Amino acid sequence: MQFLKFIQQPWHWSVSGLLIGLTVPLLLILGNKAFGISSSLRHICAACFPADISFFKYDWKKESWNLFFVAGIALGGFLAGHYLQDGQDIQVAAATQQRLAAYGVHDYRALLPPEIFSWGNLFTWKGLIFFIGGGFLVGFGTRYAGGCTSGHSIMGLSNLQWPSLVATICFMAGGFFSANILIPHLFKWFN
Amino acid sequence: MKNIKYLVAGVFFGMVLVKAQVISWFRIQEMFQLTSFHMYGVIGTAVVTGIISLQLIKRFNIKTIGGDPIAVAPKRFSKGQIIGGLIFGIGWAITGACPGPLFAQIGTGFTVVAITLLSAIAGTWVFGALKSRLP
Repeated sequence: MQFLKFIQQPWHWSVSGLLIGLTVPLLLILGNKAFGISSSLRHICAACFPADISFFKYDWKKESWNLFFVAGIALGGFLAGHYLQDGQDIQVAAATQQRLAAYGVHDYRALLPPEIFSWGNLFTWKGLIFFIGGGFLVGFGTRYAGGCTSGHSIMGLSNLQWPSLVATICFMAGGFFSANILIPHLFKWFN
Repeated sequence: MKNIKYLVAGVFFGMVLVKAQVISWFRIQEMFQLTSFHMYGVIGTAVVTGIISLQLIKRFNIKTIGGDPIAVAPKRFSKGQIIGGLIFGIGWAITGACPGPLFAQIGTGFTVVAITLLSAIAGTWVFGALKSRLP
């Protein structure tokens, strides 16, 4: 059980980064699949609601490996979330804790703050912005950009693709604006 | 079932995402507030690992386990990488998740993130519907 205790601690960034990076050759060697996750959202649209839109008229079944992969991610999240946690609070930088306190976020027991991510907030401004609005921007933006953090920032940069570097810089710019200007203002207006 | 191996790969990747804490909304706020090195370390190490892996695959002409050649399609530039990239970045900081972590967050027990995922699917659908009219 020593080993279990050992891996239940949060993993160092270098170990985490190495294992995430190894997913690139893993998928290539398993079947010449390019690492990328946001495409799964397109396949779901093509499979469930194609609505005669040309962007969704393709043989999504050929890409069904991607749907197995994301189902695995959910299952892996369940396994690690239930069996590989040490029950300690998440260690968050003091400066960020201070800013989050102003948002009314104080609970660091889980990976996400329950003050925001709970069903009770669904029909409040938090639900509208953090679930509906945020999710919409993620789905719309990644497809418009032709990929997300996995497809561009990891797979694309690993393959030395300059369009992926442009995309990654824009992901970061959008995130900096959102985390430092937009989100603080949202809490100021609505809280 | 030739796809089961990708399910297993997904389980591995999902567990890594949780233990790396890159699916944590807190870690994403830290990254964009520049108060912690963690996310930069993870993504930087992942990219370096990916670059070395791809170079090795190309140099030694490594094949898939089925014996097929490995070839990665190049990315083509479009304005979407700028406009869509900025839009996604805004959403990334709000949700604390890119598409992969959405699935992992739901798995860890934050079931309300299923609403975020549905909305992301809706966002993808709206993009598909508007595609011909966007720059």
